[in-house]
Amino acid sequence: MENKTILKASDISIGYSHKKGNTIISSNINLTLEKGQLISLIGANGIGKSTLLKTLTGIQKISVVLTEKLPPSNLTVFELIALGRQPYTNWIGKLSELDVAKVNEAMELTKISHLAAKKYYEISDGQLQKVLIARALAQDTPLIILDEPTTHLDLLHKVALFKLLKRLTQETEKCILFSTHDIDIAIQLSDEMIIMTPETVVQDEPCNFISKGSFNTLFKDEHIVFDAEKGRFFFI
Amino acid sequence: MNQTKRNTVLFLILTIVVLCLFVINISLGSVSIPLKEVIHSLIGGTSSKETWQYIIIDYRLPKAITAVLVGMGLSISGLLMQTLFRNPLAGPYVLGLSSGASLGVAMVILGAAFLPASVASLLLSSYGIVLASSLGSFLVLMAVLVVSYRLRDTMAILIVGLMFGSLTSAIVGTLSYFSTAEQLQKFTFWSLGNLGNLSWTSILVLFTCVLIGLLLSLFSIKPLNALLLGENYARSLGLNYKKARLIIIFSTSILAGSITAFAGPIAFIGLAVPHIAKLVFQTSNHVVLFWSTLLFGASIMLICDSISQVPGGDITLPINAVTSIFGAPIVIWLLIRKRKMIG
Repeated sequence: MENKTILKASDISIGYSHKKGNTIISSNINLTLEKGQLISLIGANGIGKSTLLKTLTGIQKISVVLTEKLPPSNLTVFELIALGRQPYTNWIGKLSELDVAKVNEAMELTKISHLAAKKYYEISDGQLQKVLIARALAQDTPLIILDEPTTHLDLLHKVALFKLLKRLTQETEKCILFSTHDIDIAIQLSDEMIIMTPETVVQDEPCNFISKGSFNTLFKDEHIVFDAEKGRFFFI
Repeated sequence: MNQTKRNTVLFLILTIVVLCLFVINISLGSVSIPLKEVIHSLIGGTSSKETWQYIIIDYRLPKAITAVLVGMGLSISGLLMQTLFRNPLAGPYVLGLSSGASLGVAMVILGAAFLPASVASLLLSSYGIVLASSLGSFLVLMAVLVVSYRLRDTMAILIVGLMFGSLTSAIVGTLSYFSTAEQLQKFTFWSLGNLGNLSWTSILVLFTCVLIGLLLSLFSIKPLNALLLGENYARSLGLNYKKARLIIIFSTSILAGSITAFAGPIAFIGLAVPHIAKLVFQTSNHVVLFWSTLLFGASIMLICDSISQVPGGDITLPINAVTSIFGAPIVIWLLIRKRKMIG
């Protein structure tokens, strides 16, 4: 049988280290990330989603899409995506034919080839998000991690981005793990979900989470209730 | 690609410009020497007048070479810092590197009186001054870096650099209060900047320092490009951030330190030249920026030096005054179009 597992985390703890010792946010985390899967990570603000993602990226070289703003520069879209090829280029960073082909492939997959010559600050937020995803694709790692990629996007672009991620997992066989607050859309489109609460971190398929009623544990607030039949949250 | 063709043409023009400026720079001065004679002596022939030969080989050629080294080194150190600090206003002068070097040199020139004669004479040799100056700029850069590590706001880093600048000038002021007139004069002349008066041995030392700095920067091109995306993306690309930062800082301080030691604290070149390169080449790719900054640095320094000699006149302006007159308007202009500011 083919080994589909890309990353397996058994019983890990996450937290911060500082001068006075370590603060553990969450422990006993077990995760299995497999090829071709779209996995969403959900949880309340400040629960430690970013820390978990950072911990995973610290383990090995993984391409990422972060929430932080890019520093000002004159980079074109092509150059920005080509930076994803850095691990493969020589000491001065010269692009080989293979590198250029990979960059073009990444642009075609994300449908941004027409933007190649534009400066990255000339395009819209939604387009820039695609460019950053293309950069991660060009880095060609089996796992791509995105930290809240749908923030700052309207509903139309959110859905488009989720669909893009879904399509990428199917077409490239890569595993994409991302954190999000758009739980309704994540439930519909993810292959698997990871739910973070102060007590536990669990991974399962969305439908199993619904039948177990796990989404009601997400927010400690009696005014927010999850409707299992409709697959969405309600406010009372 | 179109862009590549444009760059090649630009590089070709720039190289020719640098060569022309180099020859023109040598031919200008209080004694005007015809261009033909200059070229003739430079390619090894003897000039028709012995005094011309003497002026060219012993005075003007070393000065032109110093101008090229200073222009290249300062501009590259500015480029490195602008990318490392993610701030278009960073540069050796603004970040207090030059002030740090000044402090080192002031300690040596003005503070030598407090030391035993043997130690003082050792320190006052050209190597002593170079060492003190490099050490001074290195220490200030480290201090700025430690502070910048705690401050995420890059604007604050610049203010910290300025604060270090005024701190060091306060110490220099205090030192000069207790110094003799002779020491003061020596220090003042050094601080006005001077590209001439360098012996061939000093030029060799300067050349070696600049070469080391430039080679280290050449090997930093790839990390610098990764840093265009910010520290975290750079790390995810497998960049050893700490190592890359150390190399960049080391090469910056050896460049700014050695140049300041030999030529004095020269303002604005490090800040303005990388911007000119970025504006002309319209890119952030450091492979292109490295070479264009080198060529622009050399040509602008040669122009400034030619102006400072006041062609046809007998006086020589301090080089620092000329670079400031040239650079200050550029900085103001950059601030005005801040919204479009490029990194």
